[in-house]
Amino acid sequence: MQLFPCPFCGPRDETEFHYGGDAGNARPDGADVPIDRWAGYLYLRGNPKGSAHEIWVHMTCGEFFVMERDTVTHKVLSSAALGGEHAA
Amino acid sequence: MTASRLTTGGSAIDRSRPIRFNFDGTTVQGFAGDTIASALLANDVAVVGRSFKYHRPRGIWGAGVEEPNALVDVGGPQATPNTRATTEPARDGLVAKSVNATPNALADRNAFLDRFSRFIPAAFYYKTFMWPDWHMFEPRIRAMAGLGKVDTDWTSPGTADQINHHCDVLVVGAGPAGLAAARMAAGAGLSVTLVDDQRNPGGSLGHRAGEIDGKPAAVWIEETVAELAAGGHLILPSTTAFGIYDHNLVGLNQRHLDRRRDTLWRVRPRQIVLATGAIERPLPFANNDLPGILSADAALAYLRRHAVLVGRRIVVATNNDSAYEVASALAEAGADVTLVDIRRDGTPDTPAKVRLVKGRALAAANGKLRVGGVTLDDGTRLDADCVLVSGGCTPTIHLFGQAKGKLTWSEARAAFLPGDPVDGISVAGAAAGAVSLSEVFAGSEKAVASLGQTKAAVPRSTGPEATGGMAAAWPLPGSKGRIWIDYQNDVTVKDIELAARENFVSVEHLKRYTTLGMATDQGKTSNLPGLALMAGITGRTVPEVGTTTYRPPFTPVPLASFAGARVGELMAPVRRLPLENVHRSSGAVFQEYGGWLRPAHYGGRDADAERAIQDEALRARKSVALFDGSTLGKIEVIGPKAAEFVDFLYYNTMSTLKPGRCRYGFMLSENGVVFDDGVLVRLDEHRFVVSCSSSHVTAVHARLEEWRQDRFGRDAVYIHNATSEMATLTVSGPNARKLLEAVGLGLSLDDAALPHMTVGHGSYAGNEVRVTRVSFTGDRSYEISIRADRAEPLWAQLRQAGQAFEAVLIGLEALMILRAEKGFIVIGKDTDGTTLPHDLGSEGPRTKRQTEYVGRRSLFTEEASRNNRMQLVGLTVPQGEAPLPTGAHGIKRENGKLHSQGFVTSSYQSPTLGRPIALGLIERGATRHGETIEIQHLGKVRKAMIAAPCAFDPAGDRLNA
Repeated sequence: MQLFPCPFCGPRDETEFHYGGDAGNARPDGADVPIDRWAGYLYLRGNPKGSAHEIWVHMTCGEFFVMERDTVTHKVLSSAALGGEHAA
Repeated sequence: MTASRLTTGGSAIDRSRPIRFNFDGTTVQGFAGDTIASALLANDVAVVGRSFKYHRPRGIWGAGVEEPNALVDVGGPQATPNTRATTEPARDGLVAKSVNATPNALADRNAFLDRFSRFIPAAFYYKTFMWPDWHMFEPRIRAMAGLGKVDTDWTSPGTADQINHHCDVLVVGAGPAGLAAARMAAGAGLSVTLVDDQRNPGGSLGHRAGEIDGKPAAVWIEETVAELAAGGHLILPSTTAFGIYDHNLVGLNQRHLDRRRDTLWRVRPRQIVLATGAIERPLPFANNDLPGILSADAALAYLRRHAVLVGRRIVVATNNDSAYEVASALAEAGADVTLVDIRRDGTPDTPAKVRLVKGRALAAANGKLRVGGVTLDDGTRLDADCVLVSGGCTPTIHLFGQAKGKLTWSEARAAFLPGDPVDGISVAGAAAGAVSLSEVFAGSEKAVASLGQTKAAVPRSTGPEATGGMAAAWPLPGSKGRIWIDYQNDVTVKDIELAARENFVSVEHLKRYTTLGMATDQGKTSNLPGLALMAGITGRTVPEVGTTTYRPPFTPVPLASFAGARVGELMAPVRRLPLENVHRSSGAVFQEYGGWLRPAHYGGRDADAERAIQDEALRARKSVALFDGSTLGKIEVIGPKAAEFVDFLYYNTMSTLKPGRCRYGFMLSENGVVFDDGVLVRLDEHRFVVSCSSSHVTAVHARLEEWRQDRFGRDAVYIHNATSEMATLTVSGPNARKLLEAVGLGLSLDDAALPHMTVGHGSYAGNEVRVTRVSFTGDRSYEISIRADRAEPLWAQLRQAGQAFEAVLIGLEALMILRAEKGFIVIGKDTDGTTLPHDLGSEGPRTKRQTEYVGRRSLFTEEASRNNRMQLVGLTVPQGEAPLPTGAHGIKRENGKLHSQGFVTSSYQSPTLGRPIALGLIERGATRHGETIEIQHLGKVRKAMIAAPCAFDPAGDRLNA
């Protein structure tokens, strides 16, 4: 079982977290966003091997944050609160 | 007479405490400290089980976790199938039964199968019983093959404890390497946890010679353990480290000598030292599976720990130096010992009283139910009542492998050893290939040094040292006779040759085709010989063949350990209403709805349930109904950007809502699909209450938080889930207002002051109440929210005042009928993962809204604009027919073929209308009202007419009646 560092609570068991998607997947606003752009936002993911920036939420405190981890070794490389404040 | 208990000795047994237990119906005597296996050997029980496939007689092989043969089903209060007799403590009164044997191991009635063995090689059953259908034959074949049986009558008397534990260093294995590492780490000021799967610490030092720091091994072990205990370090005997998981979480299963359930430990050490030792391999010769053939090391363990001499005329066969100590000790104990070494040169000195035969291997063991002698490869026959074999040691590197550690092949040790280090894990002792105590302690020193500790005092070996000389003796292709590789799965040399012929040469294919290395022992004795044989057949080296993937658990772990307290009601705990007990005393029948335990109906069990539900729904329309709606979502959205926030989250524009008013709307997912529906209440300019569906509260709350944090910021909006803080009591029906006026809630209920879709504030018995005038029944309704712990008097008062109006308590089932009569939907029941808001008739925001909201762009795709989308409709059936089955498909016929054109989502008998009602999602349904379609269910076709979803009071007059 992995240990994830919540920027607010410190290291906790992975069972307390939910995955929230790729970090940096900015939402395009508007009813006239090109459909390819919208489909990319909804469905296209990088699925990187190695370092990945991901959004996670620590369910017990409710805070979302950005975690960088290695998808091969499962090593956690960094974690930071959204917007950079409270960075671990 | 062959195996026997000596009159003196035995470091593990307590002769002052005799015990008796039952094995296969006969009484076995032993002493406290015996395992089932040591006691069986002391009583000269040779045949202890039958093999998996051929029902061959099998005896005890080892003295530890590697045991492939001696599995027993332990019955009674701690019933456990497939327990290893070699690790299970013998207890007074215990009842054990051999596995895969009927009626018992000695006289098994399926033993005839072995005579047909040449016709049933690997994969025989799968190849032969293909036609007409494997599943036809499977039950009978499974009944004949297999291992232990689960006692299904037995239920757990308690639950297993689960403990989370942290320490600086976890040392796995309390042999010389582990004890030394633990002592050095403790000496350096680290907190140590030491686990070992045996009852007593010491590992091989418990039966092998050794002198450390000038003291006998037993004294050094005792001192070391005492020092660790005095230092406050945790020592767990009878505990197996069965798995290393991500981020070096280690799973331990601790067995108890009393009748408690095993304990599961989840350990988070900073560092792990694996001192897991090594396991002795068998040697290949014909009939090498006969009872009476044991691991040489195990025989020494039985002699020195349990004072059991395993035979009188013993042949010890070896390819390495370690068996010489065994031969010597057995000869000293009075056995007639012949030592057969495959090596011609480089052997150690011949031990006293032992006959040594050099340069010879065993060709075959002779005997039927137990070994009676051996034939050497030159044809010489030797009488023997016991044969001990030592084929070299396989380091126990399973945990290292589980941690994704790479292995390297050592030709000198003829084994895989740990390769490049893994973060946080070091390996010491025999597991790392060490043989002598000096090598072992040097390895422990290195392991502790790798933790950053270098100052520790290293133990010194001061006695004679073990030597590691050996000549590999792998099974060879084309060997004569039946040579067992895997005892537990009945895999022979010929089976592996067959696999190679059929091109199952990859190690993972080999395992699955022949079952080599499967089942409870996971090939602890058999894997390496099997790989070496495959290497020999295919002209590869052993490292080229490779190993199968190491996966937890190292030894079987009871499911009860993993379950812990999460059994019965605690497996998936339900959420409970504050008024549950009050409802129980009113005769409520409870059911789980979306994680909540709620009254389904009041009174009327089983066959009467439907009548009770119909009665509740009918009476609710007549006068007034009381319903506990406490599970309804009450998520508060507060802050300067609250209005902007709800606008974005809802499909409907919500910022135009005036304070004190309510509006119904949808929340969508980004793919446009309707995620939840419900009423939004605006309490004041900057404060809203999201009244979402009961079963969606957690998900809606998470979604609100995600958008708040991702898009709006912490300072703009604050979200508070107040769902369980307040109870919500619903009063619905033509007399709802009159009833509330009788109770008195401290606010005007006049329709001018509190019209439909508004919120008011009052008080009851000094407690604030929030009265929301919304309706899920279609009748005039009031939802009264009050602090959960103050709800009971109000509910009692509502019921008392209700007597004058013949008020009825309704459960969720009646409510479902009432809302379906009105065509009100339940998300996830009347919608699915493709339903868009305009499929439900809500077209306005899609066509008119100019501001951004979740899911907006997805409502304008080609898919969303299809003209044959499934749309919400009502369905009516001809007079006198029964309700349609929920889930039945609307069908259409095209070119003689049937196609689905949607399905029934909700269907009930309406007591008010006196006919069935139904909702459904039907292709283009909104434009087809009045059309009759065919509905098919389980091959039966009926007719139904498409109608508007609302079947009752379509003008909505009753809201204000």
